[in-house]
Amino acid sequence: MLDSRYKHIFLLPALLALVAIIIFPLIYTVRLSLSGWDVNFPELDYIGWDNYARAITDGRFWDSMGTLYLMVLFCVVFEYLLGFALALMLWKDVRAGRFFRVLFIVPMCVTPVVMAVVWRTIFHETLGPLNDVLSWFGIPGVPWLSKSGPAFAAVVIIDVWQWTSFMFILLLAGLMSLPREPYEAAQIDGAGPIRTFVHVTFPLMAPITLGALIIRLIESSKLMETIYALTSGGPGSSTETTSYLLYIRGLREFQIGYTASLSIIYLAIMIIALTVFARSLSRLMIGRQGPVRV
Amino acid sequence: MHPRTVLAAGVLGTVGVALTMPAFAETDYVAKYGIKEDHPGICSYASTDAKDYTGHEITILTHAVPVMGEPVALHSKQFEELTGGTVNVVHAPFGELYQKVMIPFQTGQHVYDIVYGGSYWIGDWAPHLAAVPQKYLDTDEMKDITPAYQGVASWNGERLQYTFDGDRNYFKYILPPFEDADNQAKFKAEYGRDLAIPTTWEEYAEVATFFSGWDWDGDGELEYGSTEIVKRDDVAFANFITRVASYAKNPNVTGGFWFDLETMTPQVNNPGFVKGLEMWMDALRYMPPGGINFGIGDEIFSWGGGESLMSVTWDDAFIQAMQPDSPIRNKIRVGTQYGPSMGSHKVWNRVSGQWDEFETPSVAPYVTWGWGAGVSRYSEEQEMAFDWFCFFSNYANTNHDLLIGRFGVNPFRTSHMDPDYWEQEAGWDRAVAVSFTDMLRGMDTSTNRVFDLRVPGVNQFYTAMMAGVAKAMAGEMTAQAALDEVAEEWTRIADRIGVDAIREAYKNVVALEDNVSLDQVQ
Repeated sequence: MLDSRYKHIFLLPALLALVAIIIFPLIYTVRLSLSGWDVNFPELDYIGWDNYARAITDGRFWDSMGTLYLMVLFCVVFEYLLGFALALMLWKDVRAGRFFRVLFIVPMCVTPVVMAVVWRTIFHETLGPLNDVLSWFGIPGVPWLSKSGPAFAAVVIIDVWQWTSFMFILLLAGLMSLPREPYEAAQIDGAGPIRTFVHVTFPLMAPITLGALIIRLIESSKLMETIYALTSGGPGSSTETTSYLLYIRGLREFQIGYTASLSIIYLAIMIIALTVFARSLSRLMIGRQGPVRV
Repeated sequence: MHPRTVLAAGVLGTVGVALTMPAFAETDYVAKYGIKEDHPGICSYASTDAKDYTGHEITILTHAVPVMGEPVALHSKQFEELTGGTVNVVHAPFGELYQKVMIPFQTGQHVYDIVYGGSYWIGDWAPHLAAVPQKYLDTDEMKDITPAYQGVASWNGERLQYTFDGDRNYFKYILPPFEDADNQAKFKAEYGRDLAIPTTWEEYAEVATFFSGWDWDGDGELEYGSTEIVKRDDVAFANFITRVASYAKNPNVTGGFWFDLETMTPQVNNPGFVKGLEMWMDALRYMPPGGINFGIGDEIFSWGGGESLMSVTWDDAFIQAMQPDSPIRNKIRVGTQYGPSMGSHKVWNRVSGQWDEFETPSVAPYVTWGWGAGVSRYSEEQEMAFDWFCFFSNYANTNHDLLIGRFGVNPFRTSHMDPDYWEQEAGWDRAVAVSFTDMLRGMDTSTNRVFDLRVPGVNQFYTAMMAGVAKAMAGEMTAQAALDEVAEEWTRIADRIGVDAIREAYKNVVALEDNVSLDQVQ
C-alpha cells in the first residue's frame, strides 16, 4: 500500500509535465476554437459553435484536405517502395555499405525550407538543371512550377527525396532484427529469393512496415514548409494543403479562433482516418490480430 | 562692465571655445560614416552625437537582410556609437513580420520598441502605435515628405508611422529595342502601326507579344515581353491592383475604389476588375517560362537581367537595374507620356453602371504599400525610439540609402524628385534621371490614384482576393467566376469584422483616393 502511494507520488511530476505539455495546449485550442479571437477582437469570448459551422461550409478548407490526402498518398507510397528497396539492397553485406547508409540519411538531416529553396532552383524552367538534363533525352522542358500537375509532382518529388531515408532507416533496422530461423527453413525448403521475400521477409516485416507507414502518414500530413517556399499553394490552389491553409488563416490573416476550430476538425479527421487505416492495413498484412500499436 | 571682467570673460570664452572646438572638429561624420554631408537639425549626426542614451536599450523588429534589414542594422550600429545606447535588431522574413508584431500587440506584451512591416497594415496596427511627436513633424526631413506619403503614414488624422520609404508601382522598359529600325519595321508589318512605348494594356500586350520568344538583344538567349510578380501569396496583389486600376479607377467617380463607401458593396468583381484580370491572364503567354510562379526576387532578377523588355513593379527592380554592374544600366526608362503606368481608353463607372470612354488613356497610378514602421505604444523608451527613427531617416542617411538598390529605400521626399540628384549622386545618364523623376512627379501630382485597402483585417481581404485571382491565373476558373467568389468572401469578411468598422477605416483610404481631407469624406 505504502509502495503504491510512493509510486504515484513519484509519477506525479511526470504526469503534471505531460498535462502541461500535451493536454493544456489541446484544451486551450478547443477553448480558442469557441471564441471569435481575430485581428480586430483579441478576446477569449464565447461564440459557441459558430466557427465549426463556418468550417463546414469553407470549401477552401475541404479542397485543401483533398489535396493533402492525395499528396500524402503519393509521397508515402513512393517513400515506402524506395525505402524498402534501398533497405533490401543494403541489408546484406555490400561494398561500401556503411558509406551508402550514411549517404541515404543525409537528405533527412537537411532543413525542409532550405531544400525547397534549392529545389526551386533545380525546377526553374529556363535556368534549372533538371530541364537541361531532360533535354539530353529529347524530353521537352516541363513547366514544373507553373502548371498544376507538375507543381503537385514537384512537391511530391521533394518530399520523397527528403523522407525516403526515414523509411529506409526504419525498414533497414527491421530487416536487421529479423530472426535467422525462418530463412534457414526457407532455404532447406528450396525457396528462391522471390518466394523467400514474399513468404518470409514481407510478412515478418509487416509490423515494422505498418509502424513506418503510419509515422510517415502523420508526418506527411503536416506538409507545409516545402509548399511555403516552393509554390505558396499554387498555381491556383493545386498545392494548397491543410497545414498551409491553417498557416494562412492563423498567422497571415490572424483569425485565431477560427483557425483553432479548423485545427480541431483536422485533428479529429486525422485520428479517425489513421485509426481506420491502421486497422485495415493490419488486417490486410498481419491478419485478424488487431492493429499494431505504434 | 569692468575691463577685468571683460578680460576674464574673454579669456574664459577663448579657453571654452578652444576646449570645445577640437571636439567638434575631430568628429568628421562625413569621413567616418561615408555620408555626403550632415544636414543640420535635430536628426543630424551632430545632434544625435550630442544625445546620451548610455544604459538605455531598444529592440527593433525589421525585415531580413538586405531589404530594409541592412540599412536598419547599419544605422543602428551608428546610433549606438553616437549615443552610447543599445539597439537590438531582430530580423524576420516578410511573411513572419505581421504575426511577430501582432502577437505581442494583442497579448499586451512589450517585446519590440520599433516594428517594421507593410504600411498597409496601419489599420491593424493603429491602436498599438504611438503618434509621432510634433517636434519630429517639424523637422525639415518630415516637411519635405510628399503629401501622398504623409497621408500613407497617417491614420484618423494622426501620424502614426515614421516615413522613411515611398513605394509605387510603375511601368519600366528597356529602351534600345524600341529604337531599333529592324524591330520597328517588323512590328509595323505585323501590327500595321508604328512601334512605340505602349500607353494602354492593349498596346502593352501587342508590344510584349512581339518581343516574346526570340533573341532581340543578341545575347544568344531567348527574351520575353514582360515580367511581373504573379506568385500566389507573394506580393502579386500589387501587380493585380496595378493591372485592374486602369479599368476600375474612374476619375469621374468618387467615394471608393475597393468598396462603394455608401453601400459597402465590394467592387472587386465589377467589370473593371474583371477586365483587368482577363488582361493579366492573357499576359502569361508573353512572360518568361515559369512566370506564373515569379515572386519579387524573380522579377528583379529577370527584368534587371534583361530577360524581358518591360515590367510593372516597384522602384527596387529599377534601382537595381541601374547599379554599375547591371547589363541594362542607363538603357532603361520609366512611365509613359500619360503617366507612371498603363492607362485605358475605357474605365468602368460603378455609378452609371457603364464604361466611360476617354480620348487619351486614363491612368490610375497605384501608390503601392511601402515599408511602414512605428514606435510601439507600449514601449518604455519612446523618446529613444523616435530619436532613432529621426536619425535613421535623416537627409544624410536617406540620401546614402536611396542609391543602394538592395536596401529597399525608395524616394519619398520632394527633394528626391530632382534629376540632378540622380545624375550627380548616382551617376545616371541625364535622360534616365529625367525619365525617373518625371514619373515620380507624375505619381505625386496624379489625382486619380489607387491606394491599398488599409483597413482592419486587410490581410484577410487580400489573401481572399489573391486566392481567387490565383485560380483564374491557373485556368481553374474564369475571371468573372473567380472574382465573384472573392466578392462573396469579402462580404463575409466585412460582416465578421463589422461593416461600420470597415467603413470608418475605409474613409481614410477614400480621402487619399479622392484627394480630400478625411472630414470631407461622407
